[in-house]
Amino acid sequence: MIGVKISGVGSAKPKNSVSNDDLSKVVDTSDTWILTRTGIKSRYISDGETTTSLAVRAAKKALADANITADMLDMIIVATLTPDQLMPSAACLVQKELGANNATAFDISAACSGFIFASKIARDAIRTGSNKKVLVIGVEILSKILNWKDRNTCVLFGDGAGAVVYESSAEDNILNIYTGSDGSRGSVLTLDGFPINNCLVEKEPNDYFLKMNGSEVYKFATSIVPICIENVLKGTNIEIQDIDHIVLHQANIRILDTVTTKIGLVKGDLFENLSEYGNTSAASIPIALDEAKVDFKKGEKVLLVGFGGGLTWGSILLEW
Amino acid sequence: MIFEKLQEIIADKLGIETEEVKMESDLREDLEADSLDVVDIVMSIEEEFDVTVPSEDEESLKTVGDVVKFIEDNK
Repeated sequence: MIGVKISGVGSAKPKNSVSNDDLSKVVDTSDTWILTRTGIKSRYISDGETTTSLAVRAAKKALADANITADMLDMIIVATLTPDQLMPSAACLVQKELGANNATAFDISAACSGFIFASKIARDAIRTGSNKKVLVIGVEILSKILNWKDRNTCVLFGDGAGAVVYESSAEDNILNIYTGSDGSRGSVLTLDGFPINNCLVEKEPNDYFLKMNGSEVYKFATSIVPICIENVLKGTNIEIQDIDHIVLHQANIRILDTVTTKIGLVKGDLFENLSEYGNTSAASIPIALDEAKVDFKKGEKVLLVGFGGGLTWGSILLEW
Repeated sequence: MIFEKLQEIIADKLGIETEEVKMESDLREDLEADSLDVVDIVMSIEEEFDVTVPSEDEESLKTVGDVVKFIEDNK
């Protein structure tokens, strides 16, 4: 089998950082409440920059980091819940902007596990010889699907994009990927689509707001992360103590803290940037990777873990 | 026995002294547990006492005494 490596990483954020104090003017909340319950201090919110634009900026950085040009890409996968249009896909719009004319481009929808699932597709495609250079992007403008009157959700999320280039390589650095999903528990985290309104039936319009049962999602996240870690290490001769860096989906500091305790780590062992970004769903892990990588040394073992709506979950064990 | 163990769990989850956790203490009103704290406490007691707390019953667990009774009734 052909080896796969990460050859480039990049990220992009909107120019406006919105603090908790800013939000307390929009909705009945406070800096103290948000900070203590979520760990978030601020988040980036688009004032008009599109999903495609954020994705392209992140992608360009990843391509530069990989030292390749867009026409060398043979696949572009965008994981997102918030494309600018349903058709053309965000990936096709990104392709157009990048001039990646040799790529097959498509989106996938797997909420906060989107980056992990897209990475799995990329790795499998390269391993089997179907592809050589795949651009994976996680991008969201969650601010456009939030109910800004609901203080329980609107304070938690932010906008941003992260991109990774996967390439075929003599060395196989993507040591293992584990994924799973359970649609039977999907009702705890939802975003409605178009109702059936046509020549035969008439339905009330939906609201296009993200809805969440916080307690159930928290229960799910804190129990699935140890399972993701255990399963991605299975079959390798690597143990949790051998991992140099762990990057979780940046959903909420309470999840990170609980998981830290559950897997026997110390506070601060898990990478954290949610205080600055909030929860950026599919963009969360690649953005975190782009920031965390400054501390990575070649050969170190890195664990990425995602979990979210679907319900979906997954983890990647890689050697940097 | 149940109460002492429960005291430890609640004190640990809420970052308070065990002595502050009394039978009549209301988790949310007196001990200031928020919704995620309650989930943490419930998950711990499920593991510690081998009980299952259906989500719909979580709301009715108001005081420490309520939790003790639930555990006693469901062991």
